Amino acid sequence: MGQLGVRERAILAAGQTAIEAKGVTKQFGAGQDAVKALDNVSVSIRENEFFTLLGPSGCGKTTLLRLIAGFDFPTDGEILLYGENIAPLPPYKRPVNTVFQSYALFPHMTVAQNIGFGLEMLGKPRAEIDRRVSQMLQLVRMEELANRRTSQISGGQQQRVALARALAPAPKVLLLDEPLSALDYKLRKDMQIELKRLQNETGITFIFVTHDQEEALTMSDRIAVMSKGKILQIGSPRDIYDRPSVRFVANFIGETNFLAGDVVSVEGASAQVRLASGGTIAAGLPEGLKPEGHVTVVVRPEHADLVKSGGTADLRGTLENIVYFGTDTHYYVKLDGGETFIIRQQNAHGGGAGHKPGDAVGVALEANSAQVVRD
Amino acid sequence: MLSAREAAENARRQDVRNRWLLSAPSLLIIFFAAVGPLFVMLLYSVMAKGDYGDVKLWQFSADGWFGVFFQRDIFDDTLALNDAHVAIFARSVKLSLATTLITLLLGFPTAYFIATRSERSREIWLFLITIPFWTNLLIRTYAMQEVIRNEGVINTALLKLGLISAPVQMMYTDMGILFGMAYVYLPLMVLPLYASMERLDFRLVEAGYDLYATRLKVLWRIIIPMVKPGIIAGSILVFIPSLGAYVTPRVLGGGKNMMLGNLIELQFGQGRNWPLGAAISITLMAIVMVALLFYVRNASRPGARHG
Repeated sequence: MGQLGVRERAILAAGQTAIEAKGVTKQFGAGQDAVKALDNVSVSIRENEFFTLLGPSGCGKTTLLRLIAGFDFPTDGEILLYGENIAPLPPYKRPVNTVFQSYALFPHMTVAQNIGFGLEMLGKPRAEIDRRVSQMLQLVRMEELANRRTSQISGGQQQRVALARALAPAPKVLLLDEPLSALDYKLRKDMQIELKRLQNETGITFIFVTHDQEEALTMSDRIAVMSKGKILQIGSPRDIYDRPSVRFVANFIGETNFLAGDVVSVEGASAQVRLASGGTIAAGLPEGLKPEGHVTVVVRPEHADLVKSGGTADLRGTLENIVYFGTDTHYYVKLDGGETFIIRQQNAHGGGAGHKPGDAVGVALEANSAQVVRD
Repeated sequence: MLSAREAAENARRQDVRNRWLLSAPSLLIIFFAAVGPLFVMLLYSVMAKGDYGDVKLWQFSADGWFGVFFQRDIFDDTLALNDAHVAIFARSVKLSLATTLITLLLGFPTAYFIATRSERSREIWLFLITIPFWTNLLIRTYAMQEVIRNEGVINTALLKLGLISAPVQMMYTDMGILFGMAYVYLPLMVLPLYASMERLDFRLVEAGYDLYATRLKVLWRIIIPMVKPGIIAGSILVFIPSLGAYVTPRVLGGGKNMMLGNLIELQFGQGRNWPLGAAISITLMAIVMVALLFYVRNASRPGARHG
């Protein structure tokens, strides 16, 4: 486990499970055309957590969300909401609300009517609905637009209405299906902060689906990385980023250097690996892996330093290219073993390390920066 | 040299002239084929009736219009409501409304069913719905007669099943006419309903379920308001031709259960009362216009843009 934030600690301490999927399989079609959108997925999401399902399109993240919402029913497995199996219930009997990717606001109703719809369907008295609606309008800062039609407001405003509508009935869990994907960059950044604020203020468990790794890293308490209907790794953003356990996760999130090597020895959660392009290094091991022989080691580009050819280094090679990015500089090193290794260094003011393409260089890895991944 | 402003003005005038020239043929056709005959009808309705049909030209008389709802007593010349005409108007409106309601109740689930099929099977279903259109109305009506007459399909089946002991009289009743009209006009209801349902965003239906609306509530609060333009269009498309229906009441209603179409035909035929026929026709048109105005007012309301 990586370092825990204060908030994470609080959640872990509270520890109560809000939603739990147990061996959930969802199969579409039958016989030879059958496609397993979810393959025996188990995950447990804690109360008051901002939990993200991250993965490329078609990985099953939206399917899992739809199963929790009740729009689809699992082929196999259970979905427990505070211990109660909700898998067979229709969506209108689940205390769970969804923010749709398309917002799905009702065009024949005003903003206020949209927000009040859920409460109205729950049979709440008019006065309570009105009070709650104005509270929600205030929460998403939309008071002035209460009586507008949803077609008369901007995309960002529609997003807020969709959020307010889903939050109004005070669901036990809020599901968000790529809610920010239709917004432009600037608005998306604002809404990310807004979403975090809303979650803090309402204290509702959020399950957020996205294919945007940056969004996932900045907003989540924990992330589940999915691919081909399976969850590959669950952990805090720092865990996922620093200690990817699977090649896919390392590749999907951020930039990574993949190095080939052979295991020399294993001690606890660490292994000595002899790299093809240099010396022997210590590399972290994913939980439960006891590797032998050939392995892949990953190192993030910002966790390595470029050193002059004479200095102490873990890897040796030739500097091929230097690309300046403003905040940082990327160095492309052709390792002696043939692999290309990328180093990202933050630029100091007026700096310039004095390297030039063609130089023989060494790469020094930061302590604990290397990690063995499953293929 | 022309100034820029004059040139622009000339171009605009040229444009207007061209538009009138281009639309002239259709305007002429509309005038001679629609507005002209209507005008003739209006004129005939205010003239005295001829002795053997036709009218006495330029001999104006209000008898035609008077006769739409009133009659003079043969003996003492007192004014009285023409009960027969009132009954026919009432039956026409009643049967047309009933037809509209029946086709709506049958057509709504049908259209919903088609709209929720896969793209390919939708085409097949739509084709099946429109098949009756390729058949002559008279033939379809006689087919209906085959179904509802005393020795017809329904009665034979019910008798065989022992559910009834004597045939149910459906031919030559209002119910028979209703059967026929509902059958004939059902596609006119299904098609506009389907058109608005096909555009229905089913994610809104999911959003409804998500917000605790039961199936019935989703139907009532989301689907129906969203497809309302289709409901109105279909109702208009069924109600208007039903009101003026001629063939169906003639064949299935026999001679006694007349509707407006048959009454008009009677005046121009055996009745030899063209002014009255013309006046009834125009009255019928007025009813239709009122129905249309109702539609336009409803369909142009904001939020009903899906029509």
